[in-house]
Amino acid sequence: MRLVFDIALTHVRARLRHTGVAVAGVATGVGFSVMMAALMQGSQDDFIRQLVNALPHISVTDERRSPPRQPAEEIFAAAQIHGLTPEARRRGIKNPLAIMAAVEAWVPGGVAPSVKVQAILRYASRDVGTSIIGIDPRREPNVSELVHQMRVGTLSALYRATNAIILGDRLAEKIGARVGANITVQTSEGANVNAQVVGLFHAGVRSIDEGTAYVLVRTGQILARQTGLVNELRMRVDDPLAARQVAERVERETGYKSVSWQEAHEDLLSTFVIRNVIMYTIVGAILLVASFGTYNIISTITHEKARDIAIMKSLGLPERTVRSIFVIEAALIGLAGGLAGFALGYLLCVALGSVEFKSPFMDANRIPLAYSAWHYLIAMAVALTSSVAAGFMPARKAARVHPVDIIRGAS
Amino acid sequence: MTATDPRPLIEAKAVTRVLPGVVPTVLVREVSLTVTGPSFVAITGPSGSGKSSLLYLLGLLDLPTTGEVVVGGRATSAMDEPERAMIRLSTLGFVFQFHFLLPEFSALHNVMLPMRALAALSDGEMRVRAEGLLDSLGLSGHGHKRPDQLSGGQRQRVAVARALANDPPLILADEPTGSLDSKASEQVFTILRDLVDRRGKTVIAVTHDLDLAARMDRRIQLVDGAVAADTGARTAVA
Repeated sequence: MRLVFDIALTHVRARLRHTGVAVAGVATGVGFSVMMAALMQGSQDDFIRQLVNALPHISVTDERRSPPRQPAEEIFAAAQIHGLTPEARRRGIKNPLAIMAAVEAWVPGGVAPSVKVQAILRYASRDVGTSIIGIDPRREPNVSELVHQMRVGTLSALYRATNAIILGDRLAEKIGARVGANITVQTSEGANVNAQVVGLFHAGVRSIDEGTAYVLVRTGQILARQTGLVNELRMRVDDPLAARQVAERVERETGYKSVSWQEAHEDLLSTFVIRNVIMYTIVGAILLVASFGTYNIISTITHEKARDIAIMKSLGLPERTVRSIFVIEAALIGLAGGLAGFALGYLLCVALGSVEFKSPFMDANRIPLAYSAWHYLIAMAVALTSSVAAGFMPARKAARVHPVDIIRGAS
Repeated sequence: MTATDPRPLIEAKAVTRVLPGVVPTVLVREVSLTVTGPSFVAITGPSGSGKSSLLYLLGLLDLPTTGEVVVGGRATSAMDEPERAMIRLSTLGFVFQFHFLLPEFSALHNVMLPMRALAALSDGEMRVRAEGLLDSLGLSGHGHKRPDQLSGGQRQRVAVARALANDPPLILADEPTGSLDSKASEQVFTILRDLVDRRGKTVIAVTHDLDLAARMDRRIQLVDGAVAADTGARTAVA
């Protein structure tokens, strides 16, 4: 076995230019596969992250998916009701603390109660419809990224003024309000409150930045003119991908409509399936092309050695030994190329990641890249497999030929 | 001559080799011969007479279509390839018209290659033996050179050293001086002659040079793949 390694190593070393070209070929394939995978996966992850973080993972509201069962349905088996306008109910989630306690017992993540009110913001004679969310600043970090999305001020600034409000940055721009400005908030319930702007946030989703404001739960209840009102429970789960299942269970147990982020972004997610197919196709195609390149280079090198194979066989080296020499050579080249490809791929990723984009419409000003060991491992596995196949097949063919046929042709 | 081993080194029994094709070509036709050592045997004949083909058959590099090659008393046609490779490695040495050294390896490593494949000696012993072989062929100090740094005659002598690596009793040479100038060719011939006279080897050499053939012990002349004349055989002399 040592002889086999020695011969393989000597071949690889003696023909440095060939080896270099082969290694570079494999490295290019591996490097670009890694880069493409990082790019595709990175943009995908970034997209998901934005979707996931834009809204609470699950929001439980005081609505129900279907109107409550009517007494007529209970009494008459055949009764069917169309276009029902149910009696106006008192708003809010009943007994929110009990529900929260029950949910917190099994949901892996956090829950926070909030009040959601539709209101009109009035400032400097400009009126803008806004959804106002009453939050508990101490519980908010458990359920949203709001803390990290603050551009001006902090969440705790909400405690500082009597009726403090935090606006989305685009919303503030629209009405021309700055921190410290006093704006008027009016609701359909007839509440009319003067609020002081204490902070600005930027979620990165236009509809949110343009139409959302945060106040304290208490302020929200004043705006809704209903003390003790909680009409939304917002939840964050540790595994965002499990949100749908958790939401279904919460809905089953409480009866309240609970919407996971997946449901809220159903349309976007369905385009995602297609994006995934595109991504795998592209990465797969690059791997395939790269492996053909690898195969080509290595099989050429092996073919050039057909005479050496005949010589070694005529000396009495067993076929298996001769074959394994070339398989080992190919594996060495594949391995070296793969490792060089790792470096190349990583550098390409770093280079791409350092490119900065300046665009007023985009939040992320760098290309999002995902660094995953899997990309590297899969690219290496493909490169090694194609290298070894590229070494094995021509070597097997050459080793099968009777040495005479090659010696005759050469002399 | 009294030390002659009565057991034949190599025997061909009615060996025929047909090259398949649209028109099958008969390379070797019904050749039977017995070689006992030590002896210097020439296979001569016009080009295309099947000299080299016969040598390849004797060297187990090719398989006869019919007939049998017996090496050291063992029939070989029923053997599988690894077994034949083992016989080539341990009991046969080859010298071709073209040196056929591995281009990436030094002369010393080329000579050591068959030894390492056989793995009967330790690394140190192999090196000593390989150096000894190169020295005895007038190549001392050239061991570290690669084939492309050696002259044609030197390469051919390295090839002879490689053929001797595992101390085989039988050397098969295919036009060993064919690609050399007269001086180098004389040198190589002398070496082969010495192998027979001093080391007790048997050399079977294909040559078209009748002068060289005349200086060997036995001449087998082939015409159209069949033995036309066989002169100087030891049995005939004795």
